[in-house]
Amino acid sequence: MIFRRSFVAIAMLLGIAAVCRPSFADDRSIVVASTTSTQDSGLFGYLLPIFKAKTGIEVKVIAQGTGQALDTARRGDADVVFVHAKAQEEKFLAEGFGVKRFDVMYNDFVLIGPKSDPAGVKGRDIEAALKTIQAKGAPFVSRGDRSGTHAAELALWKQAGVDIAAAKGPWYREIGQGMGAALNTASAMNGYVLSDRGTWISFKNRGDLDVVVEGDKRLFNQYGVMLVNPEKHPTVKKELGQAFVDWVISPEGQAAIAAYEIGGQQLFFPDADKKGS
Amino acid sequence: MRAPVSDLPLVLDDVSLQAGATAILDRISLTIAPGAPTLFIGPNGSGKTSLLRLCMGLAKPTGGRISWGGRSDPTPTRRAFVFQRPVMLRRTAAANVTYALAQAGEPRARRGERAVALLERVGLADLADRPARLLSGGEQQRLALARALARDPQILLLDEPTASLDPAATRAVEEIVLSAAQSGIKIAMASHDLGQVRRLAGEVVFLARGALCERAAASDFFDHPSTPEARAFLRGDLVI
Amino acid sequence: MPDHLSALQLILNADPTLLAIVQLSLSVSLAAVALAAAIGMPIGALLALTHFPGRAILVVLLNAMMGLPPVVVGLALYLLLSRSGPLGELGILFTPTAMVLAQTVLIVPIIAALTRQTVEDLWIEYRDELGAMDVGALGRMTTLLWDARFSLLTALLAGFGRAAAEVGAVMIVGGNIDGFTRTMTTAVALETSKGNLPLAMGLGAILIVIVLAINAAAWGTRVWSQRVTG
Repeated sequence: MIFRRSFVAIAMLLGIAAVCRPSFADDRSIVVASTTSTQDSGLFGYLLPIFKAKTGIEVKVIAQGTGQALDTARRGDADVVFVHAKAQEEKFLAEGFGVKRFDVMYNDFVLIGPKSDPAGVKGRDIEAALKTIQAKGAPFVSRGDRSGTHAAELALWKQAGVDIAAAKGPWYREIGQGMGAALNTASAMNGYVLSDRGTWISFKNRGDLDVVVEGDKRLFNQYGVMLVNPEKHPTVKKELGQAFVDWVISPEGQAAIAAYEIGGQQLFFPDADKKGS
Repeated sequence: MRAPVSDLPLVLDDVSLQAGATAILDRISLTIAPGAPTLFIGPNGSGKTSLLRLCMGLAKPTGGRISWGGRSDPTPTRRAFVFQRPVMLRRTAAANVTYALAQAGEPRARRGERAVALLERVGLADLADRPARLLSGGEQQRLALARALARDPQILLLDEPTASLDPAATRAVEEIVLSAAQSGIKIAMASHDLGQVRRLAGEVVFLARGALCERAAASDFFDHPSTPEARAFLRGDLVI
Repeated sequence: MPDHLSALQLILNADPTLLAIVQLSLSVSLAAVALAAAIGMPIGALLALTHFPGRAILVVLLNAMMGLPPVVVGLALYLLLSRSGPLGELGILFTPTAMVLAQTVLIVPIIAALTRQTVEDLWIEYRDELGAMDVGALGRMTTLLWDARFSLLTALLAGFGRAAAEVGAVMIVGGNIDGFTRTMTTAVALETSKGNLPLAMGLGAILIVIVLAINAAAWGTRVWSQRVTG
């Protein structure tokens, strides 16, 4: 009896100790709530080792849609947010959850669709393309997850004069998932989908998909970074989080962002102006 | 630790047991006091097993009262039970005995030594480290006896312990039972084997259809059974 | 994890990232099983051995909870452990500890329900013998749990299988942080979303092989020890 009780106890302690070890060693680590595009494109996998080598700070990235990432930060579960939906970020700032917002980099959105382009929307005009897709009822995959890309897509429908809430039909598929999942879905059903270029370039399951609309000014996609307000959430690691923010907008961090390429293509274009808002 | 109490005499006062509409035991009054072994006999279904279970306190009577040493609390303090098919705990023979010792309140320090002695007493010392479930039927029954004796009982109740054993194993069990009786433990045992009853019994309690038909010293019972049921049973007729 | 490598290459090279993910998956799920066993087995045994009003409802509830949706458990735990939640001060959201807790919640009902069934069946066999030995309530529980140990191994395996296979709960409370809370299942989800289907499939295959190996080992142990101890 004694033997087996102590055996069970030891087994449990070992198991728990084995798992808990890392959480005690996280003094020099921060949690960054970011978007699926920065993770799925591989940018963080490239940037963070450089940052860690320089500062010794470990960055733990939670990749969510922009809306969810901001919510995570609102709850105090992240130290820094790194997202791309300016209107939502400014609302976050106005509510007092962020300290200061800095532009970090941009890339652009591209409209992805079947190579055969059944709706005939190929070109540079995103508004015309969306109008045509809606008019012809061509399959279109929407993120539907309050992410930055979703917000951008909704804004583009509006600019194109399409009331998407009313125009929704079987052709318009909201999947409520990340960028990669949306691309997988579009690939499976040969539909159109709005994607950030970074995720598209690093995406491997393209099937019959290709870029059909790119280069329109309205497809510009700005990323920003903010320290979560320590006054709202005292557990925020102010110094370490600020160090990360400072580094990504520093010449060194900006150069590292510019240096990230896949297949010879640059994915993100640094544009920090240091002023912040 | 064990309280200095006695489980004897065991008194059944007008005890009945009903299962639904069926009367399994019908108004039995019986006192079991220290002395030579009492053997319960009777045809299958006459209520032997149920009577022993009531005596052990494993079941409650639906009528009447049972008391042990004057107490009506059924907690088995100084009594033990050997079943027809004992359940072996999934551990070694020695551990089975140690377990019974622990339950009987034996101090931990003395359990090992006493377990060895008990296993020797039932002739299983060589098999102490064998998993109990892998022992033969006869060995399992002897181990059950060792477990029962571990309780240091005043009264040992046995329900047809040799019913499924071969003659050699039966003899081994009977020898242990006899030596227990000689050491002063009251034996109360059910049996359907009249040869066994002759070999062991001091007195016989004959049951038929849930009623106590006849109670007599063993020699009297075999020589001059006083009821027609007992006479028929001894002749080998079917008694219903 | 390097994208250009196939799952097979990762295994052959004993890729350190892959090994770390496998190790984390295993230690999280095994810790959850240990914790859930410590909680679920006594609950199951208690339910098997006691009778009280409402017990039947509790048994049905427990059986139903075997099918708890992982995302719901993950979300509930997320709200509890979040800095803004009641247990926020612990600061364990997005850590392996939170993942252990989530999986524990998921598999306690499985282990408890299967334990109840096993112990109840064994109790029928043992009731008289233990009654004759005057075994108390606690003793009955521990004796039956111990003597049912080979059957209970199946309950533990069922729990482990569910813990190792689920993705919804660990994704939410762990955050799928590279090198910290990324498990086999969240890695599969991630590689799928990156469109790297061959690697995702390969990782899935590795996970299945590991679960299979653990089950085979446990099965072997059971057969062997049952032969030895009867």
